[in-house]
Amino acid sequence: MTDLTSLTIAEAREGLANKSFTSLELTDAHLAAIEAARSLNAFVLETPEKARDMARAIDAKIAKGEGGPLAGIPLGIKDLFSTRDVRTTACSKILGNFVPPYESTVTSQLWRDGAVMLGKLNNDEFAMGSANETSCFGPVVNPWRREGSNTTLVPGGSSGGSASAVAALLCMGATATDTGGSIRQPAAFTATVGVKPTYGRCSRWGIVAFASSLDQAGPIARTNRDAAILMRSMAGHDPKDSTSVDRAVPDYEAAIGKSVKGMKIGIPKEYRLDGMPTEIEKLWSEGAAWLKAAGAELVDVSLPHTKYALPAYYIVAPAEASSNLARYDGVRYGLREQGRNITEMYENTRAEGFGAEVRRRVMIGTYVLSAGYYDAYYIRAQKVRTLIKKDFEDCFAKGINAILTPATPSAAFGVGEKAGADPVEMYLNDIFTVTVNMAGLPGIAVPAGKDAQGLPLGLQLIGRPFDEETLFSLGEVVEQAAGRFTPPRWW
Amino acid sequence: MSVDATTVRRIAHLARIAVTEAEVPHLQGELNAMLAFVEQLSEVNVDGVEPMTSVTPMEMKKRPDVVNDGEIPDDIVRNAPETQNHFFLVPKVVE
Amino acid sequence: MNVSVKPGKLIKGQTGDWEVVIGMEIHAQVTSNAKLFSGASTAFGGEPNTQVSLVDAAMPGMLPVINEECVRQAVRTGLGLNAKINLRSVFDRKNYFYPDLPQGYQISQYKSPIVGEGEVIVELEGGRTATIGIERLHLEQDPAKMLHDKLPSQSLIDLNRAGVALMEIVSKPDIRDAEQAKAYVTKLRSILRYLGTCDGDMEKGSLRADVNVSVRKPGGPLGTRCEIKNMNSINFIGQAIEYEARRQIEIIEDGGVIDQETRLFDPNKGETRSMRSKEEAHDYRYFPDPDLLPLELTQDYVDELKAKLPELPDQKKARFIDSLGLSAYDAGVLVAERESAVFYETVLAGLADRARDGKLAANWVINELFGRLNKEGHDITDSPVSAAQLSAIVGLIGEGTISGKIAKDLFEIVWTEGGDPRELVESRGMKQVTDLGAIEKVVDDIIAANPDKVAQAKAKPQLAGWFVGQVMKQSGGKANPQAVNDLLKAKLGI
Repeated sequence: MTDLTSLTIAEAREGLANKSFTSLELTDAHLAAIEAARSLNAFVLETPEKARDMARAIDAKIAKGEGGPLAGIPLGIKDLFSTRDVRTTACSKILGNFVPPYESTVTSQLWRDGAVMLGKLNNDEFAMGSANETSCFGPVVNPWRREGSNTTLVPGGSSGGSASAVAALLCMGATATDTGGSIRQPAAFTATVGVKPTYGRCSRWGIVAFASSLDQAGPIARTNRDAAILMRSMAGHDPKDSTSVDRAVPDYEAAIGKSVKGMKIGIPKEYRLDGMPTEIEKLWSEGAAWLKAAGAELVDVSLPHTKYALPAYYIVAPAEASSNLARYDGVRYGLREQGRNITEMYENTRAEGFGAEVRRRVMIGTYVLSAGYYDAYYIRAQKVRTLIKKDFEDCFAKGINAILTPATPSAAFGVGEKAGADPVEMYLNDIFTVTVNMAGLPGIAVPAGKDAQGLPLGLQLIGRPFDEETLFSLGEVVEQAAGRFTPPRWW
Repeated sequence: MSVDATTVRRIAHLARIAVTEAEVPHLQGELNAMLAFVEQLSEVNVDGVEPMTSVTPMEMKKRPDVVNDGEIPDDIVRNAPETQNHFFLVPKVVE
Repeated sequence: MNVSVKPGKLIKGQTGDWEVVIGMEIHAQVTSNAKLFSGASTAFGGEPNTQVSLVDAAMPGMLPVINEECVRQAVRTGLGLNAKINLRSVFDRKNYFYPDLPQGYQISQYKSPIVGEGEVIVELEGGRTATIGIERLHLEQDPAKMLHDKLPSQSLIDLNRAGVALMEIVSKPDIRDAEQAKAYVTKLRSILRYLGTCDGDMEKGSLRADVNVSVRKPGGPLGTRCEIKNMNSINFIGQAIEYEARRQIEIIEDGGVIDQETRLFDPNKGETRSMRSKEEAHDYRYFPDPDLLPLELTQDYVDELKAKLPELPDQKKARFIDSLGLSAYDAGVLVAERESAVFYETVLAGLADRARDGKLAANWVINELFGRLNKEGHDITDSPVSAAQLSAIVGLIGEGTISGKIAKDLFEIVWTEGGDPRELVESRGMKQVTDLGAIEKVVDDIIAANPDKVAQAKAKPQLAGWFVGQVMKQSGGKANPQAVNDLLKAKLGI
């Protein structure tokens, strides 16, 4: 029998259905893998007892022919998702030992469909970061290394634990969230498939909020098919989220292998950056060529406001975050640091509980919303956002089905390499992904090749609103052409 | 636009984050780097452009006026740093 | 100056007359089962933190979903205030830290409220009225309740009230003295109660007022205002305004300046005092709540609510005057409280001839019933005499079965013993004697026994009243006064 952890979700589904192995066996294999991979720091909480209980329960159901679309599949859950009776911290000291008396809508749908929870995955504190270095539990290590080097690399962020765990075969798939690139950038850094669905496709209820108008949950998996399988369970209307869309969830898996013949693929010139590594440039052309070979038509398009997406994002996201994080005040849950009066209690609690990056973003967000600056910053940024969205709408109005871009401007970098004085250097990681959040569109990052040092690189496909299916079809074309990439095990 | 040390302290207080005097210059530098970065937005012509209010346009659904929640005081205070008889406690607030 | 503004009572200072300028922000709790953005109950007085959902406690990842009834109630209130309904309004976050605010922000409406400008006509003494402009009405969350005096060094927080829907109703600065201010709150409260959009219970805090007061020389530029927060009694509002206006006048006349500040009214001392502890430059950093979408209404929805609006006090008053011939004063008294109007209309509904007896019914409700209720500390809602009983009494008078005097005895019996007035009249022989033969006999007897009085009455017809009294006395008050009068006039030849 092959190592159960190397199976895809689709393969494991078959194995479970024809009784080749049980969910308990599958779960135990993953629990062992997690234990052996603690040096990656991907999990911040392992829940082996819960995992085995869930696996046994689902095995009993499978035996009765019940089950569900994810019956018996062991998954990792980003620590941003509230899990009932299981500590949820958003990897921030300020939540301390917060144990939610509730389950997020997205994870409850996964359990409804029979999935098994292995534990909670590391992420940047409150999902603020692009390297998973801001977590209060310490950085996550990328299972990928440069050829011939022992330098530890970041997995990207903020869903670094999710990407690292999926790439290192610690779980079959993981939940993640994406506010400016937090699913797609780590997916690209780890050769996994990451999907940022259309805004409103997945419920935000029970997910610790970073920036409400940008946050979306999505899956990270090892193949397009697996991501499609997870998406179907994660998506859907939730009356508890006013921004959740009441729209039927399609069978995303049916889009895998569907012909892309005749589809128009936009190649936006604004994504061709000065000084972009030639490997990225090459990968992009290669990806375009694969799609063309599959019958798609390539069209040069223009998204003129692209360069303004990142600066606009760094106004809108911190502004919303400064307000969303106001509830962490040491009164009802989480950390409390005493003070001589209530104001000092707040100030001490929040200074102690928030890490440097969160403090910085909360402060910049507070500033751009403050009296006298609101119009110049926040309103202007929201106007620019309207223009960014219009760029895409114009493009889609011309019949473009999807847009192909690089996922990141570079491959994974070393832990601590970009921790310099200028936070903006780190923010540039999201330059290709952030436009998608600003416009509320779906985006997928798929592994497409490696750089000269053997590190994975990804391509991004951006779709029309609620047309994740097209992204899965196109992603599958890239996957078939590029193949799959697994990091050599060194941990 | 850029911020001075006084503004950094004012913003920190508004955000209820204690900062030490030693932290101020560092924070000031970081905030100014971010402000310099977003400064490029001023070159965009936004005349007549509506600021975005909802990225996915749709009608806001409303809940029916039904009491279907509450009666969970144990859950409400379960994670609280300090409680008494299901009340949350905070240092005395003087009005 | 707004043409509709009624000059108020001026206050004499050492340097001459001063005018008071008042604007008010009324916070009215919306009548609904569940809270504005959660499914927790709005009921008053529950055990601590029982009427609290995870949303109200601002647990991580919780999201607001708006209650349709609160929207409906706000629109109905706007219509009741003759105000413009905004078909598109936006919920904003008002950011500040305070332990009564779990989210660290209050969801409110800042730039785009659900209701725009409107007006309220208020009744003043002597039948005068004033029109007070409404600036806006918006929906927002009520904060939590804090208890400060239970423990020596800590405050307690109960989130039961957190998230209950509030309507903040902002007036224009059209109010000119304490009387107008009190009349404004009274009228607004009455309208809300007619609409059923707020129970108006100021003791329980369902209706609270922030009062902005400034003074100026009549016609002069506006002065600096002070805001008196959280007033929960109409009388206190009057007292606070009187005190605050005089305080400001004294400061200015002594050469001082008014600091714009928030003040609290101390009902024990009858004074306002500065809330310096809360004085800190506020910077609320309002921005549209990204967890919600703009609130969009259709004109059809608004029109339908408008068509179904109940009759409001002004309309009811006009109808009572026009169709029943009530005086403006009586009509005003009857409609001032919804319960009184309901009672009166129930009395009316029981009458066989409303046109004939409507006015009489108003007299009985206002003079006999209200007088007695006041005297004995009853409320109209727990009146010992029901509307049906009073209706029967009025009907008995109107149709001539009993006299007004007997009716008072009957009212007394019904008040103390209860019972069906018609049956009581029968069983206790209280019926008025309309049998002319019987009355004539009594009249004849009295005339025969008092020849001197007859002579006097013939000389001075106004003395005939003595005979009326005697007849009524002998008949035990049951003789029909009109019949007695007619007979006496004929027999005495006057």
